Amino acid sequence: MSYKNYRLKTFEKASLCRNFENEVFKRVNEKIINFPVYLSAGQEYVPSSIAQIVKDKKQKPLIFGQHRGHSIYLSFGGNIVELIDELLGKKTGCTRGMGGSLSINSNKINMFGHEGLMGSNACMGVGACFSSAKPTIVFLGDASVEEDYVLASLSWAAKKELPILFVVEDNNYAVLTKKKDRRDWKAKDVAKAFKLESYDIDDQPKNIFSVLKKNLFKKPIFINVNTKRLFWHSGAGVDEEVKGDRLTLEKKFLGKKAEKIHRNIKKKIENLWKQRLEK
Amino acid sequence: METTLREVIKQITFKHLKKFKGQVFGQNLTGVGWVAGTLPKLYEKDGVIELPMADVANGGMVTGAALVGRRPFYIIRYQGYNWLNCIFIVNYACKSKEIWNKPAPMFIRGLSSEGGLGPVSTSSHISIFYKMPGIKIYSPMTKNEYTKTYKKFMKSDDVFYVSEHRKSYENKIEFKNSIKKNLDIILMPISVTRFEAEKAKNYLNNNGYKVGIIHLYELKPFVLKKKWISMIKSSKYGVLMTDNDYVDGIIRTLAHKINEQTNKKVYVLGLKDKSAGYTLETSNFPPSALEIINKIKQIKIKKRV
Repeated sequence: MSYKNYRLKTFEKASLCRNFENEVFKRVNEKIINFPVYLSAGQEYVPSSIAQIVKDKKQKPLIFGQHRGHSIYLSFGGNIVELIDELLGKKTGCTRGMGGSLSINSNKINMFGHEGLMGSNACMGVGACFSSAKPTIVFLGDASVEEDYVLASLSWAAKKELPILFVVEDNNYAVLTKKKDRRDWKAKDVAKAFKLESYDIDDQPKNIFSVLKKNLFKKPIFINVNTKRLFWHSGAGVDEEVKGDRLTLEKKFLGKKAEKIHRNIKKKIENLWKQRLEK
Repeated sequence: METTLREVIKQITFKHLKKFKGQVFGQNLTGVGWVAGTLPKLYEKDGVIELPMADVANGGMVTGAALVGRRPFYIIRYQGYNWLNCIFIVNYACKSKEIWNKPAPMFIRGLSSEGGLGPVSTSSHISIFYKMPGIKIYSPMTKNEYTKTYKKFMKSDDVFYVSEHRKSYENKIEFKNSIKKNLDIILMPISVTRFEAEKAKNYLNNNGYKVGIIHLYELKPFVLKKKWISMIKSSKYGVLMTDNDYVDGIIRTLAHKINEQTNKKVYVLGLKDKSAGYTLETSNFPPSALEIINKIKQIKIKKRV
């Protein structure tokens, strides 16, 4: 696949995620969804870019996400209707109504659920990868990478040279506390100290593409991707105006074709939500 | 020569690795003593996996192994480390089947000591697992009990916590329950206290008391058999339970369950509610035969008054 085509396909995934999250945001404001919701809007270029690379490589990795996981689920091909149903607490949801927003899973795409202890998925992902020898992706946040057990997991993955990818979606915040108030180290440097191939990049698809094209699942890789969230830690709070929203930038770059894709997906998602709410 | 419990655990582990392609995880497994001689001398290529000294992460990594169906054994060499290891096991592995329809069956071997090892490692710590849903807890002290527990595990997709005691590894005998109608009191000992409870029962029965005994090793789910209920109801003073965990732990919960079903008093003796040091004077030991005997004498005197 050419890079241009990759970029458009990635946009398509990211657009799906953004439109989906915008609809969830509405339902939270309307109090149709009453439990804590962790929106991934603004960060969707991270899972979308990786999912597209994985798809092109015809891989089906084990996926261990955590909160803000809707975009992971959607990017890798999780069933949209089942996710809507899950957020509406229905038994037909992807986690049979038990998962809410944070604990969603999908057997179809090998996505394991998360219990809520941030970063625990690093440990489980490493264990599952070691014992199955299957390619594995662990999605973390810049806060959860501070958990001591995450660091221990990185270390063991390096030691055992596992076919695993650690992705930090670094939005700079732990709830509302900025990174500079929490630590003076970079996740990439720590991962490097454990002898992991590690990168610190922003969420431009070309950056993600270029660091993963060679060694993905051939050795343990750690990427810290700087991204921007649009919504607060949970619920419908909004951060100050975000400059440099990746989806907006990419849409502008890709032009009319992308605008059309975005419009069509928006309509599709709105209709799906409407249908599921009426049911 | 008759085999010991130690030998049976070693045989079961060997079979689990070789026949079922299972895995055994833990720290310092292949080092000194091979887990008190309970582990066959095998290495990573055979499925015996040395984990780093990162207990919290390790519990999660073994959960990952369980999620992909390797039915791992997880050895926690001192139950004091349950505090670090239990986090992801009880919060993820135990709940995974119910929430995500993805079982994470694992066989946790938690080794306990019987006093003399300081503030944490000195005793059993199964109570912290007990309250969580989705876990099964056993404390086998004999060869048959251990074998039955393993067979149950292989037919199950649940998390099993198997509370072991170093003192029991040399054991060759099987315990038998001894109950009948109209006893003075029935002992219901757990884990390593079963050895001392047997001694106490024999002493008391030779000295004019009528004492029965029900050995408990299936702790969760805890089922009080109909026959037991009937015998307890007919007893004069009810039940005395003993354990090597703290007195305000699992034993009180079980005592309450028994009390609810029999309407009889259930007394408990466990580790005292105090911190433990390392010496004879400062440690916190499980109830001895003498303490059990004295407790029963006190109960009898109180009842007469």
